[in-house]
Amino acid sequence: MPGKTLYDKLWEMHEVSRRDDGSSLLYIDRHILHEVTSPQAFEGLRLAGRKPWRVDANLATPDHNVSTTKAERVGGLAAIADEISRTQVRTLGENCADFGILEFPMNDPRQGIVHVVGPEQGATLPGMTVVCGDSHTSTHGAFGALAHGIGTSEVEHVLATQCLVAQKMKNMRVTVDGELAPGVTAKDMVLAIIGRIGTAGGNGHALEFAGSAIRALSMEGRMTVCNMAIEAGARVGMVAVDEATIAYVRGRPFAPQGETFEQAAALWRTLVSDADAVFDRDVLLRAEDIRPQVSWGTSPEMVLPVDAQVPDPAREADPVRRDSIERALKYMGLRANQPITDIRLDRVFIGSCTNARIEDLRAAAAVVRGRRVAATVKQALVVPGSGLVKAQAEREGLDRVFLDAGFEWREPGCSMCLAMNPDRLESGEHCASTSNRNFEGRQGAGGRTHLVSPAMAAAAAIAGHFIDVRELQ
Amino acid sequence: MNPFTTHTGLAVPLDRANVDTDQIIPKQFLKSIKRSGFGPNLFDEWRYLDVGQPGQDCATRPLNPGFVLNQPRYAGASVLLARANFGCGSSREHAPWALAEYGIRAIVAPSFADIFFNNSVKNGLLPIVLADDEVEALFAQCAATEGYALAIDLQAQTVTRPDGAQHHFEVDAFRKHCLLHGLDDIGLTLRHVDAIRAFEAKHHAAQPWVFASP
Ligand code: SF4
Repeated sequence: MPGKTLYDKLWEMHEVSRRDDGSSLLYIDRHILHEVTSPQAFEGLRLAGRKPWRVDANLATPDHNVSTTKAERVGGLAAIADEISRTQVRTLGENCADFGILEFPMNDPRQGIVHVVGPEQGATLPGMTVVCGDSHTSTHGAFGALAHGIGTSEVEHVLATQCLVAQKMKNMRVTVDGELAPGVTAKDMVLAIIGRIGTAGGNGHALEFAGSAIRALSMEGRMTVCNMAIEAGARVGMVAVDEATIAYVRGRPFAPQGETFEQAAALWRTLVSDADAVFDRDVLLRAEDIRPQVSWGTSPEMVLPVDAQVPDPAREADPVRRDSIERALKYMGLRANQPITDIRLDRVFIGSCTNARIEDLRAAAAVVRGRRVAATVKQALVVPGSGLVKAQAEREGLDRVFLDAGFEWREPGCSMCLAMNPDRLESGEHCASTSNRNFEGRQGAGGRTHLVSPAMAAAAAIAGHFIDVRELQ
Repeated sequence: MNPFTTHTGLAVPLDRANVDTDQIIPKQFLKSIKRSGFGPNLFDEWRYLDVGQPGQDCATRPLNPGFVLNQPRYAGASVLLARANFGCGSSREHAPWALAEYGIRAIVAPSFADIFFNNSVKNGLLPIVLADDEVEALFAQCAATEGYALAIDLQAQTVTRPDGAQHHFEVDAFRKHCLLHGLDDIGLTLRHVDAIRAFEAKHHAAQPWVFASP
């Protein structure tokens, strides 16, 4: 018998029963909810006369629709200008109150993006199954947890039964060995991985990130990498538990304390793939080969190092791929072979569940300090991932660094990552964004998103066009 | 859930790879707290020439004549032909809701994104995976033939073309059973209440911290 992968272990720990048809009931430890994908699930519960199976497994916070401007926020719920957004945020509050679910409402200091809040509170613990009606739930896998996004029917299913009907996926491992060059970050690493394996590369697989370069990342960096596993087609991204994981969790509000913590930690330390575990797919990258990345197209796999040139469809033999390159260039308003550093930015967005943690803000601030946003950039936004991240950044004076440089400093939420609130691109505008999706219209109809790291976004804001951040440092 | 047994319907070819759920139903329409009303905004940015807002009367909006769903020959289509990795991106179930409400009953593609696949089945929308060359053949025939309709039989797991040729597809037994009978997943799971309780007790004993809240 070969050894077990981390995924195998997590799966076995939570399998309630297996049916003849190959599907299993999987027990869910933690369920996180937000306002967009939950209302229909609560409605379904009500219609069927059902109650949540285990109320304290659930944690909710509004993030997608909340305004990020102080003026709108201080007025509370009533001040959300968009009526439909207001209804959605209000409905989450009412549903949580009705069913007794803990919610961090809009102006609670603990409110923020679901995938920032869960780990920050210790609501995400190693060894847990964590689900949320949001595809970036893969983020929580950074803790050696089995975490993935679900649809609204499944939100209702988890609320009612504490289980999911699931089928075990295959095992895939991406190993990044070596040392990242200075100025190259977790975001560049994951973008390079997606560039290599493609947006469908992880379909049907649970993806473990391994290797010395992954081990060397902070927990924030590991969350950034796991966050984008879904952009490589894998619902699940994971990193094995080590001392960094345990140190991060220690002392968090939902984490066990004292003696129980030590017991838990002993179990958590076993959450690693066995040395003789077999993966269905193995991919290897060298950290030294990774340069700062910039996405040029309309899919996260359309990504290149900052010193590269936009591709030329004429050189692509495969007709479907050639067609997608042509379409993407047209949508993005780029020419074949144009240097990436020639792309001028209209807006810059530093935020989202990929890159709005304290370390991300520090990295961006380090580039910005003592400099000014280029006059040609219409707007540069910094949106902290949670109220606690914001408060920490303010204690460190990062807000001043950004404000002095001409950035806006906002209240926590998803903001321009998907532009459900008023923060959005105008048609045709180019944006350097630390978020995770560059799909057509994602940041506003006709908007053109380029995915980058926080340091690269900061550098682009200063230069007004893409530039290798290492030239500024 | 709507059962799916057999279905014969006009096919419409959407010839792009990696169609994401932001494209299937743009975010401004996710603000609804209802499960319905998404059909008119399916593929909104491709389908209309203006920028769609929630609550608009879509009947008066300018249609994009170049978009395949708007071509008269595909009016009333209920089988979507798609390319690889259909439904990638966000987990929004609003995507299958919009497709189903528009009238799509089945999607044929070489591959689907995992979450979208799952969400579709839960809404009686059948995702069918065929090999690349099979899908290619359907695209070619569909473009060449007006009124190109496919007959899908879930029990037999076949897609039958107008020329009589048949393609076999795989579907896992549990999903097939639920689709054929339109079964409510939650009801089925709740038949296992005792097993869930027993598991929970054991899990609680082994890892009590999972059950603690602050
Ligand atoms: S920040 Fe963006 S990707 Fe993350 S949960 Fe919010 S909308 Fe989704």
